[in-house]
Amino acid sequence: MSLAVMDGADYMRDPRKHHFHPYADNGGTSVAIAGDDFVMIASDTRLTRGFNILSRDQGKVLGLTPKTMMASSGCWADVLTLKKVLNARLTMYSHEHHDVMSTTAVAQLLSTMLYWRRFFPYYVSNILAGIDEEGKGVVYHYDPVGHMEKLAFSATGASVAQIQPLLDNQLGALNMKDVTPPTITKELARQLIHDAFVSAAERDINTGDGILIHTITKDGTTDEKVKLRRD
Amino acid sequence: MDVGRMFGEGAPPLWSGGPTPGGLYSFPGTNNKQHEAKTHTMYPSTSGTSVVGLVYDGGVMVGADTLGSYGSLARFRNVERTFKVTDKAVLTCSGDIADYQFIREVIEQKVRDDEICGFTPVLNAGALHCWLTRVLYNRRSRFDPLWLECVVAGLKDDKPFLGYVDKIGTAFEAQEVATGFGMHMAIPMIREAREKKGKLSRDEARKLLVDCLKVLYYRDCRAHFKYQVADVTAEGVKFENDLDLKPETSWSIANFVRGYE
Repeated sequence: MSLAVMDGADYMRDPRKHHFHPYADNGGTSVAIAGDDFVMIASDTRLTRGFNILSRDQGKVLGLTPKTMMASSGCWADVLTLKKVLNARLTMYSHEHHDVMSTTAVAQLLSTMLYWRRFFPYYVSNILAGIDEEGKGVVYHYDPVGHMEKLAFSATGASVAQIQPLLDNQLGALNMKDVTPPTITKELARQLIHDAFVSAAERDINTGDGILIHTITKDGTTDEKVKLRRD
Repeated sequence: MDVGRMFGEGAPPLWSGGPTPGGLYSFPGTNNKQHEAKTHTMYPSTSGTSVVGLVYDGGVMVGADTLGSYGSLARFRNVERTFKVTDKAVLTCSGDIADYQFIREVIEQKVRDDEICGFTPVLNAGALHCWLTRVLYNRRSRFDPLWLECVVAGLKDDKPFLGYVDKIGTAFEAQEVATGFGMHMAIPMIREAREKKGKLSRDEARKLLVDCLKVLYYRDCRAHFKYQVADVTAEGVKFENDLDLKPETSWSIANFVRGYE
């Protein structure tokens, strides 16, 4: 759209110089690891915008049902909206069915909701973690437009490039010779999550301040808060 | 309104080839594409600069200067950017002043509607923050944003609340919040004071807030020495207007600056 430039009047000039970006990158990293009868989901607590830290105490994990939790990061405005709409859908389901939504159903719902906005996406990286109908821990990884993958472990967000390879190697025994993948216990999962975030915080400015680790089992959920470097 | 039918059928048109009253006119010599798609202004015209807010032991305090800048012109020097929503909430905005005045009128009507309908719980800061986030997010999703960075201060569940909302709907709650230049200069000052002192009393908070505004006045080109402070506690909202930084500041150091004569 090019316009003839007339002397003086600002409104006559090419308006392309004034941009409005509907998205922002607010950082945040999340990790989820599933075991036989539990799942652990953790996220850092730093909210950033460029080189500014907006908040040192903003967790990114939302409890959806007693058996399911979701961690979201990326554009914080979209994260807040997605969480609100998802919660509304969950409430509507429970009113209609007189029952809480199962983890697999929530996973599918989230995928559909994200794809519904295929042409103006929620700029959000999601991880869903929960206990499925058979009592096993399960992790779902999403891209911003709803591609969904069921995995045993996953990382997402700003430090995904630092953390995912570490998990692949330690939990999946990938790229190692004559090593079998370990049985995932709560202790191993917690230790790995802690180490992964500490390493990511060293190298990525968007990750730091603290970690919130949530563990979901059939008996309920527990939280743990761990400190990270604040620089 | 058709110029040709102004005085009934059969009467000759008043003029031809020119503007139609009530219609859009294509000036000769300009690109016709101007009238194709509806576009919205994507920049603020009269704007306000930083807002600084902090939570202290017993309440929350917000300060902002009273300047409406027209680009680099300090045009309107008495624009009150803070307004009392209810006894439990105060809203201060930076960004486009017209958008602030628009949202202020919408909120004022909202408060009136609550009272009329007999909705007794007074709109608190948490509810206002949530509502404002939704409004700003939906406007940005229509690519017609309200160009604002808002600070919501007050009480939520009778506890001090301080929240931030962006023009794209980014919202969070924190112990210290600032917009624009305040985010770069005031936030580090407040965070450092909080780490040193732990809890801030009302007087300490006020002194810190004024120090922040002073630093901003010295370093922000679009700042002004007249400012206002709002203080929200369980007792209600207290405003201090027409405050002046000028007596406490000095530009004598300007004489020692070399290289810009």
